Amino acid sequence: MASITLEGIKKTYAGGVQAVKGIDLAIEDGEFVVLVGPSGCGKSTLLRMVAGLETISEGTLKIGDRVVNKLEPAERDIAMVFQNYALYPHMTVYNNLAYGLKNRGFKKPAIEERVRKAAKMLEIEEYLQRKPRNLSGGQRQRVAMGRALVREPAAFLFDEPLSNLDAKLRVQMRVEIKQLQRRLKTTSLYVTHDQLEAMTLGDRLVVLNAGKIEQVGTPMEIFNRPASMFVAGFIGSPAMNMLPVEYLATRSADNLLDDLPAGTDIVGIRPDDMHLSAPSAPHLVVDSTLELFEAAGAESHLYVRLAGSEQPTVIRTGGGEPPVNEGETLRFYIARSALHPFNRESGQRTG
Amino acid sequence: MQTKRSTYQNRWLPYCLLAPQLIITLVFFIWPASQAVKSSFERTDAFGFKTTFVGLSNYARILSDPSYLNALGRTAIFAVSVTVLSMGLALLLAVCVNRVLRSAKFYTTLLVWPYAVAPVVAGVLWWFLFNPTIGLLPHVLDWFDINWNHRVSGSQAMILITIAAAWKQISYNFLFFLAGLQSVPKSLIEAAAIDGATPFKRFWSIVFPLLSPTTFFLLIININYVMFDTFGVIDATTGGGPGQATMTLVYKVYTDGVAGLNIGSSSAQSVLLMGIVILLTFIQFRYVERRVNY
Repeated sequence: MASITLEGIKKTYAGGVQAVKGIDLAIEDGEFVVLVGPSGCGKSTLLRMVAGLETISEGTLKIGDRVVNKLEPAERDIAMVFQNYALYPHMTVYNNLAYGLKNRGFKKPAIEERVRKAAKMLEIEEYLQRKPRNLSGGQRQRVAMGRALVREPAAFLFDEPLSNLDAKLRVQMRVEIKQLQRRLKTTSLYVTHDQLEAMTLGDRLVVLNAGKIEQVGTPMEIFNRPASMFVAGFIGSPAMNMLPVEYLATRSADNLLDDLPAGTDIVGIRPDDMHLSAPSAPHLVVDSTLELFEAAGAESHLYVRLAGSEQPTVIRTGGGEPPVNEGETLRFYIARSALHPFNRESGQRTG
Repeated sequence: MQTKRSTYQNRWLPYCLLAPQLIITLVFFIWPASQAVKSSFERTDAFGFKTTFVGLSNYARILSDPSYLNALGRTAIFAVSVTVLSMGLALLLAVCVNRVLRSAKFYTTLLVWPYAVAPVVAGVLWWFLFNPTIGLLPHVLDWFDINWNHRVSGSQAMILITIAAAWKQISYNFLFFLAGLQSVPKSLIEAAAIDGATPFKRFWSIVFPLLSPTTFFLLIININYVMFDTFGVIDATTGGGPGQATMTLVYKVYTDGVAGLNIGSSSAQSVLLMGIVILLTFIQFRYVERRVNY
């Protein structure tokens, strides 16, 4: 159990390419932090630097009170779950779990006890004598988890561990990882590009873009108050709609938009903040043409084209029949309070 | 496994395409081999006028001949030393090159070169290097008070042919080991590093077991190489001598048949040699292969 502190962590590859451009982050003891961002944003590099698999070009990395910049991976007291699981194919599941303990000089009975305990927790007891190739994807995933937790490390590092599973299994394993982490209360750092996985798993999210932190916060903080246009577009599905202020100004009769913070020239609106019936609070009224109706069971997505603008926009409603036929005019309402003000040039939230 | 099926318009075309290889195999392998089997049951008189069928007596004579049994023993020593030496060094070199990030291609090219050298040329090369009168290495060994003369010392002659034969084979083994090492997923090594294994332990407990199919394949190839292809090396360096010290099975086939004109005995020996190699390969497949596949 330990905190992880990153101070000004940078990674510069030979040739001057900067993959990670100065990360400051304090992960508290027992916290589940998710690094999320598009591919190439440096999240995996960052995780591998914490693990000790990549050297740190600049900055200080602390696990607990120790500065671990120069320590070997084994000395950092961490365990990692790899994207492709990295199970040793020539060893049985039992030996896969026991390998790290053997290397650390544990006695046979102690190894046996710990492996049994971990296997029981992950419900892989029946497979202990099997080789990894005889396991399904989900079972391999559990073995990979088992190998991490059998050592009872100070921190777990997860490198997109669910991306090789099918959709159904992914949801199931997501829940199990969350429950396991709640139970063990081990500090965890989890990398994913899937915003839904990030939202559901993390105590806190770190949204990364191009090697820099865009925003750090709890999932709901980030969802409710995205700090930049990038975060707004990345978190939440379907993505937030971005509409120019000039356009909305022409659509609102009264001076609803006058009190937007200075510098605001674009506003974000979540697809579920666009309503088909007028709310009692102050609101905007926009007419559009329904282009496509997408029924997804409990919810529906309406792809519309705004009147007087070519801007494609998505509205999310509860499930059911389309309110109008495709190609017909659809009027929707946006509460004034649902607007997220941004500045287009800086990409930042204005207030 | 899925196989690709080609369809041909003309039903003779596939046979024509196969023919060159088939003809070569028939003329240069099947026909001489069947001749060898046939003449191993015959005895030809000294002038080649009369050939008589003698049944298994050639085989009986060989197997009770001490010089044949000696050659068998020496071949076993030779085979084991060459295989261990060439595979061991090749693995070491492959591990080194695999760790080099830059110029790995350059090293690979250099290390593969010896394979292009013909066995006889390799033999001559080492013969020069170890030549007691003009060679460089005996001169160097002299500083350490080692008197090198493979024309006199049987064990030194054996060392010479072992080095010459292994040197050529290192290139081949190296290529396969390098390919094998590169196909070991990097994340496995990383996982082992996190699991607290030292680099040495990582190699022996993770990498080496994963290389075992390659090692097994090379084991068979190397033993076959030693049994048959080292003829040129021996012929160019020691010629089987001094005495019988480097007389291996394949060289004895040649000496007895071509030099000694004892066709019957030589044929029987070659049939036995083939039998030994087939048996060894069979044993390896039967007992080793099932352990190396994970």
